[in-house]
Amino acid sequence: MAETRDIQFRDVAGQAAEAAQALAPANDAGEVELQGEKMVLNMGPSHPATHGVLRIVLELDGEIITKAVPEVGYLHRGDEKIAENMTYTQFIPYTDRLDYLAPLANNVAYALAVEKLLGIDKELTPRCRFIRVICVELARISSHLLGVGCYAMDVGAMTVFLHTFTEREKIHNLCESLSGARFTTSYTRIGGLSRDMPPGWMEACRQFLKEVVVNIDETETLLTRNRIFVDRTQGVGVISREDAIDYGLSGPNLRGSGVEHDLRKAQPYLVYDQLDFEVPVGSTGDSYDRYLVRIEEMRQSVRIVHQCLDKMPGGPINVADGKVVLPPKDRVLTRMEELIHHFLNVTQGINVPPGQIYFGHENPKGELGFYINSRGGGTPYRLKIRSPSFVNLSILQRLLPGHMMSDTVAILGSFDFVMGECDR
Amino acid sequence: MRAQQLAQQLKARFGDLLSEPAEFRGELTMQVVDPEKIADICRMAKEELKFDYLVDITSIDNYGEDPRFSVVYHLYGYEHRAYLRLQLSVSEETCQVPTVTTVWKTADWHEREIYDMMGIRFAGHPDLRRILMWEGYPHHPLRKDFPVTGKSTSVPGIAFTEAAPLAGGPFITVAGGKDAMAREPRGRLPETDSTESKGPSQQPLSTGH
Amino acid sequence: MKTKTEIGYDSRIEGDVICTRLDAALNWFRKNSLWPMPMGLACCAIELMGTGASRYDISRFGAEVMRFSPRQSDVMIVAGTVTYKMALVVKRIYDQMAEPKYVIAMGACASTGGMYRSYSVLQGIDHLLPVDVYVAGCPPRPEALLDALMRLQRKVAKEPVIATLKKVA
Repeated sequence: MAETRDIQFRDVAGQAAEAAQALAPANDAGEVELQGEKMVLNMGPSHPATHGVLRIVLELDGEIITKAVPEVGYLHRGDEKIAENMTYTQFIPYTDRLDYLAPLANNVAYALAVEKLLGIDKELTPRCRFIRVICVELARISSHLLGVGCYAMDVGAMTVFLHTFTEREKIHNLCESLSGARFTTSYTRIGGLSRDMPPGWMEACRQFLKEVVVNIDETETLLTRNRIFVDRTQGVGVISREDAIDYGLSGPNLRGSGVEHDLRKAQPYLVYDQLDFEVPVGSTGDSYDRYLVRIEEMRQSVRIVHQCLDKMPGGPINVADGKVVLPPKDRVLTRMEELIHHFLNVTQGINVPPGQIYFGHENPKGELGFYINSRGGGTPYRLKIRSPSFVNLSILQRLLPGHMMSDTVAILGSFDFVMGECDR
Repeated sequence: MRAQQLAQQLKARFGDLLSEPAEFRGELTMQVVDPEKIADICRMAKEELKFDYLVDITSIDNYGEDPRFSVVYHLYGYEHRAYLRLQLSVSEETCQVPTVTTVWKTADWHEREIYDMMGIRFAGHPDLRRILMWEGYPHHPLRKDFPVTGKSTSVPGIAFTEAAPLAGGPFITVAGGKDAMAREPRGRLPETDSTESKGPSQQPLSTGH
Repeated sequence: MKTKTEIGYDSRIEGDVICTRLDAALNWFRKNSLWPMPMGLACCAIELMGTGASRYDISRFGAEVMRFSPRQSDVMIVAGTVTYKMALVVKRIYDQMAEPKYVIAMGACASTGGMYRSYSVLQGIDHLLPVDVYVAGCPPRPEALLDALMRLQRKVAKEPVIATLKKVA
C-alpha cells in the first residue's frame, strides 16, 4: 500500500485575497478595498463538461470561484417509485440505466442484493460467480475507459477519447454476444444469469484482454507524462483524507485520497477472495491521482478477468431452486410442477421473505448499494438505491471554491460521475 | 462477531434508548426509541466506535401504520469493517428528525433527498431544499399515497408535470383476488381511500402473501 | 453591337460546371452539413458518443461537428429521458437554434417516455418540440441513429428553400 501523507489544502482563494490586499491601496479609514463585484455563472444543465445534466451555479470573483451550488435532479426518473410497482425480476432492466456506463456491474449488484434478501447468496453456482466477476470487471474497464477518455477530452486531448472508444466498442461486442444487447445488457437473473457464455466467447475475451492492455499503455503514453495534462490536473481538486471520509466518497475518488477501501477486499463477495489483485491508492488526492487510480484499476481488472477465465469451472449457471429461477423451457412444457413454478414466478414474482437488507457493491464509480425493505411477496416495499455519483458530487460545494473557473472542468472530469445514477 | 460487540457497546452506553440489536442475514438493526437522540448516538458511534463512514440514510413510508415514517441510517467503519443499521420512527404529525450533518457532512444531500421524496424535515439542517424535484413542486413522490404516474402540477416558467398514461402496465398479480381486475391491477394504486383511485374495480395491492 | 462574352458551352471549363436548380443545390449543401446539437440527457448520449467516435464515425455523413451552442447547430438530437425538470430547458435551447432546425428523438424515452412511466418523466419530447425523426431502441444502436440521420437528409433534400424564403420576406 502506498504511503499516505498529509497534504495542505491548496488555498487559492486565500492566496488571491492576500495578493489583492497587497496590491489594493488602503482608503482613508485604513481599510483595504477589495475591487470588483461577484458574478454568478450558471454552468449546465446542458454543458459538455458536466457529463449529462448536472447544473452548477458558480459565484465568481474574477476567475476564482467563491461559491458553488450543485443542482442535481435533471434526470430524476423515479426508479425507486417504479421499483415498488413491479416484481424483483422486472426491475433488472432499470438497473442497466442507473450507471449506464457499466450496466453489467449494476445487474450483478442488484441480483446479489435480492439474493442476499432471499438468503441464497451462498448457493450460487461456481460458474455463475466467475462469470459475474468477469462481467463486473469488464464493466469496470469499460467505464474507466470512457471516464479517462472523456476526461482527456474535457482538458483538451481529443485523441484519447477516440482511442479509448475503440476498445469500448470491443467490450460492447463481447456484451452483445454474451447477453444479446450491446449496451443495456440485463444479463443477470435472480439466482443466476439469463444465459451461459456462447461458444468461443472466452477466446474472444482473452483476445480482447491482450488488446486492451496495449490500449491502456498507449493511453498512458498520451496522458501520464503529457505536460498539458499534468499541469491541468496535478494539485487541482485536492481532497484530503478526512474530507473524503466525511463526505462519504467511494470508489476511485476515495482511493485517490489515500483511503484503502475496496468492498471487493473489505467485504469479499462472489469469488473475490480467491482472486489475486491489488487495490491502487493515491497519495495526494488530486485529480491526477484519481486518474492514475483509474488507469491502475483497469490493469488490475485485466488481471482478474485473466484469472477467472483460467479458473472457469463447468456446471450449471443457475441455482437449482425452481421457486427462484425459471425452470428450463422443455420441462415447463412437459411437467406440472415446473409449469406451476414458471407461472408463479412470472406472474407474482419470486416470493421474498419479509425483512430488510443492504448490499453494497464495488461498482466502477464507487459503492452502489441497494437497500431493500420487503414485507414478503413479489414486489419490494421500498427499494433505495445508494448511488455513488450522488454522494461523490456532494463534495463539490466544498471542493470547488478557491479554484479557477477553468479548473471546474478538470475537477468534474476527474470525478467521473453519471447523472443517471446520481438522480435515479 | 465484531458488529455484535460494537452494537452491545452502543447499547451499554445508551441503555433503553436503543433496542436489542436484531440480526437478519448477518446484518444488525437497532431501533432508536427517541428520535431526538439520534445525533448523539451517531456522534458516539462515530467518535468512539469508529463508525466513520455514513453509507446511506433512507426513509420508509409505513402507510396506514402509526408512526408513519421510518428513517434508516447505515453506518460502516473502515477499520473494523462492520455495518450497523439504526432505525427510528417518526409520526406524521411531527415529521421532524434532528439532523446528523453535524456528525457527517455527507448526510447533507441524503437528508435533502429524504425531505424531497418523503417530506420529513431535518431540524438544524443547513440548507433544507428540494434536491431531485424542483422548488415549488407540491408533492412528496415516495409517499405511498402518491401514484407512480404522478399528478399534474405547474410552476410557470420552471417546470410542469402531467400524470403519465399507464395504459397496460406495469402488471402485478395478486393471489386470491376475487375477479380478474382484482388479481391483476394495473400497477400498485396509491394507498388512499377509494374516492381518489381512478379505476372502478381496482383494489390496492395487499402487501403480505 | 458585338460582344466578346461567351455564353453557353465552354470547352475550357468542361467538367467543372453542373446545371441544377438552386433549391436542389442549397439543399445539397444543407443536408451534408447537418451540425448536431447533442442534447445528451441519459443513456442514449453514450450511444450518441459511440456514433461520433472511431468505429461508426458520424463524419461520413457530415454531422461530426457536435456543437454545444444551439446557435451554431441545425439538428437537435434529443438523446435520453426528458424529465419535467429538464423539459423547459430543452425547449429553451431549441428556441435558441436558428432556422431551419430539425429534431431527432433518439430512443424510446425521448420518443414516448419509454419504460419510465413515472411522475417525473415527460412522456415524449413531441409534447414540446416538433420531431422530425423518431428512433426506436433503448438505446438505439449507432446504426439506427445513422439511419435516422440519413432519413433526415432525405427530408431536407425535398424542402423548398426559395419558396419559403419568399414567404418569410
